[in-house]
Amino acid sequence: MPQPFIEFKNVHKRFGNLEVLKGINLTIDKGTVTVVIGKSGSGKSVLLKHIVGLIREDEGDVLIQGKSLNRLSEKQAMQFKKNISYMFQDNALFDFLTAFENIALPLTETTRMTASQIQKKVHDRMAGLSIEGIDHKYPSELSGGMKKRVALARALVTDPELILFDEPTTGLDPVRKNDVHHMISEFQKQFGFTAVIVSHDIPDIFDLAQQIALLDDGKIVFKGTRQEIMACNHETACAFIRGREVLYDRSKT
Amino acid sequence: MTSRLIEAVGNPFSRYIESTGRLTWFLFAGIRQIPVFPFQFGKTMDQIWFIGTKSLFVILLTGLFTGMVLGLQGYYTLVTFGSEAALGGAVALSLIRELGPVLTAIMITARAGSAMAAEIGVMRMSEQIDALFTMQINPIRFLFTPRILAALVCFPLLTSFFDVVGIIGGFFSGSLLMGINETVYMDKVIQSVKFMDIWGGFIKSIVFSLIVVTICCYRGYFAHMNHQGQSGAKGVSLATTGAVVQSCIFILICDYIITSFLV
Repeated sequence: MPQPFIEFKNVHKRFGNLEVLKGINLTIDKGTVTVVIGKSGSGKSVLLKHIVGLIREDEGDVLIQGKSLNRLSEKQAMQFKKNISYMFQDNALFDFLTAFENIALPLTETTRMTASQIQKKVHDRMAGLSIEGIDHKYPSELSGGMKKRVALARALVTDPELILFDEPTTGLDPVRKNDVHHMISEFQKQFGFTAVIVSHDIPDIFDLAQQIALLDDGKIVFKGTRQEIMACNHETACAFIRGREVLYDRSKT
Repeated sequence: MTSRLIEAVGNPFSRYIESTGRLTWFLFAGIRQIPVFPFQFGKTMDQIWFIGTKSLFVILLTGLFTGMVLGLQGYYTLVTFGSEAALGGAVALSLIRELGPVLTAIMITARAGSAMAAEIGVMRMSEQIDALFTMQINPIRFLFTPRILAALVCFPLLTSFFDVVGIIGGFFSGSLLMGINETVYMDKVIQSVKFMDIWGGFIKSIVFSLIVVTICCYRGYFAHMNHQGQSGAKGVSLATTGAVVQSCIFILICDYIITSFLV
């Protein structure tokens, strides 16, 4: 059995008196798309932030290709993190930079690429996401959908091996939402990166996923494919994806 | 009862110690990035524009009116001893040794320092600092280091500007309004100011620049970690207010300490 790219081993995380993660066990294979679903406030973003080192676990371990993230040397950790991109829920675009500068930032700050190389790469990504012609616009001048695309372009511009998407379609209309799903899917096929997506877009997001994980009460209570979750053989998973029906049933009893 | 008392005293004290340690770490983490290649020339120039050029008008007004008030007050005080001719020296020394560095630092804190704390605070709350971290960009290097360099350049220059404008303000009120001979006024300015006075003012402005930029950037950077547990707009507001108040207090305390070494 091949070694998983990322492995959560009994990860616990507590904020004050609130235990958010209560023993997470999850493996993510290289080149796959894993979708993490769960109720709002169940700790999905916290889970994601463990991978990139924004949050450290209180107990347990996060393994990267078999090595503990905490035991990697500074050089190894930097090398790993260089290959990760994170697309934030609220985009986290820099207000004082233009769209072009936002997308180019990881290249201008962390590589020795020339200005013309950076310009070409950024424009390639912008063309791929249909956001040409907004180079000089600031985030405040862009619509919600445009901002998402700029954030996605910034996540893709470094050709990462792993992209973490934290609710990439929040606040978008159904057309834009499907656009973003399509873009993620297309780019994933094109570049073969590993993706972990936290999302509430059920069941649309399942079309992208090779693995779906349901986080409930601090634990991964279900892992499986689209077909497995839609077959509704798992009580909690079924209740979650059919939230409305469960509420309806409860109101009848 | 005793344990509650110890807790009531100990908690704020331990928070203060922790915060001071973090502030010191923050300052050295920023300074450590200054010689690291590639140098951040563009970002530093932007900050020089923001801290320095955009503060010129405020410093001009403050310096001019401070000098004019000194000229008036000095004249009425000195004239009772029949030594109004010494007005030029009194105005110049008060400005160069004390009022120039202190008032310049306080005005920059109000105009640029508060903006720094608010801007960095908003970046913290909207996950922009986390985004830098995930892009392998050192947030302290990116946000703080150019501001340190800009402050080190701007504070002494603005202080000098304040001093010169203040001396001219004193000239307006002392010579043009109250009638002290212009040549005597300027002659006393030149005679009474020694190199050590200018050097002392320069040292103060350098120290104040580090105080203001460190406290303001630090309060913004850790806006999410205030002891009241406030986040969002309230957290940014607390960070900004705290930055201005703390900077002003530290400026005045350090002014006394430096003066006591210089005199």
